[in-house]
Amino acid sequence: MKSVAVAVWDFIVGDDWVTALGVVAALGVTAVVAATGAAAWWVMPVAVIALLLLSLRRAAR
Amino acid sequence: MSGPELGLAISVFLACAVEAVEALTIVLAVGVTRSWSSALSGVAAAAVTLAVIVAALGPALTALPIGVLRLVVGGLLLIFGLQWLRKAVLRWAGLKALHDETEAFAAETASARAAGRRSDGFDGYSFTIAFKGVLLEGLEVAFIVLTFGANQHRVGLAAAAAGVAIALVTFVGAAARAPLARVPENAMKYAVGVMLTSFGTFWGAEGAGASWPGGDAALLALIPAVALASAGMVAWLRRLPARTAVGAT
Repeated sequence: MKSVAVAVWDFIVGDDWVTALGVVAALGVTAVVAATGAAAWWVMPVAVIALLLLSLRRAAR
Repeated sequence: MSGPELGLAISVFLACAVEAVEALTIVLAVGVTRSWSSALSGVAAAAVTLAVIVAALGPALTALPIGVLRLVVGGLLLIFGLQWLRKAVLRWAGLKALHDETEAFAAETASARAAGRRSDGFDGYSFTIAFKGVLLEGLEVAFIVLTFGANQHRVGLAAAAAGVAIALVTFVGAAARAPLARVPENAMKYAVGVMLTSFGTFWGAEGAGASWPGGDAALLALIPAVALASAGMVAWLRRLPARTAVGAT
């Protein structure tokens, strides 16, 4: 069971768990902003570009 | 066919074609070097396993409420897509080796020869390598088929796009009897990364409660925006001090 969970984690998250955590956090922020009734569509594109940029910066070091 | 459905079909087709080219190289290497019958048995076994996975998970996913489905599956697709896009950007920036089928074929062939003498009947090495290769490459395709298909309740369309890609690669591979090194795999991987990231962003945000201006038409702005932003990142990375490219995957 543990090895299956590890395999699924490696398959989906890969070697960059920080980005995965960032995606989850961005979805949470989107949900909170949307719940207030304000426009929330912009949160994910901004977060995705920022997460990709940070991930690439880590990889390029 | 609507815009998102067309996007689904193109994304699944490209992803599946890329993975099929990689799987074909592995199968060709063990087939040519050791045993065609055992290698093809491995391919058949992996195909059945993948079909069972899609058949079991497809209906389970489409049974979820659409909001939950888009949040969970959109999020997973985005995490998965960002992996593809990050690797693609690193490849184009020269920080990761480009995938080369001729090189991969040579490496697989050398491993197959080094694996020792094969028996006259069933060759366990050929079966295992072909099974593993097709299953691992196929799992990525199954994931994309399921996430894209379930989100639009079009698992059938996604499976059909995957089937066409596999049939095309198999046909060309059988005719060429050589690795398909001229397929622009690295460019296709980049395109798939952009599509997975864009669709994951779109569905994830919708699942979290956001409404896109223009509805589905927002994808027509989101896809080029992700492509442009990632191209800008390639240019930025290319300007950094030179570093040795790490291995291709």
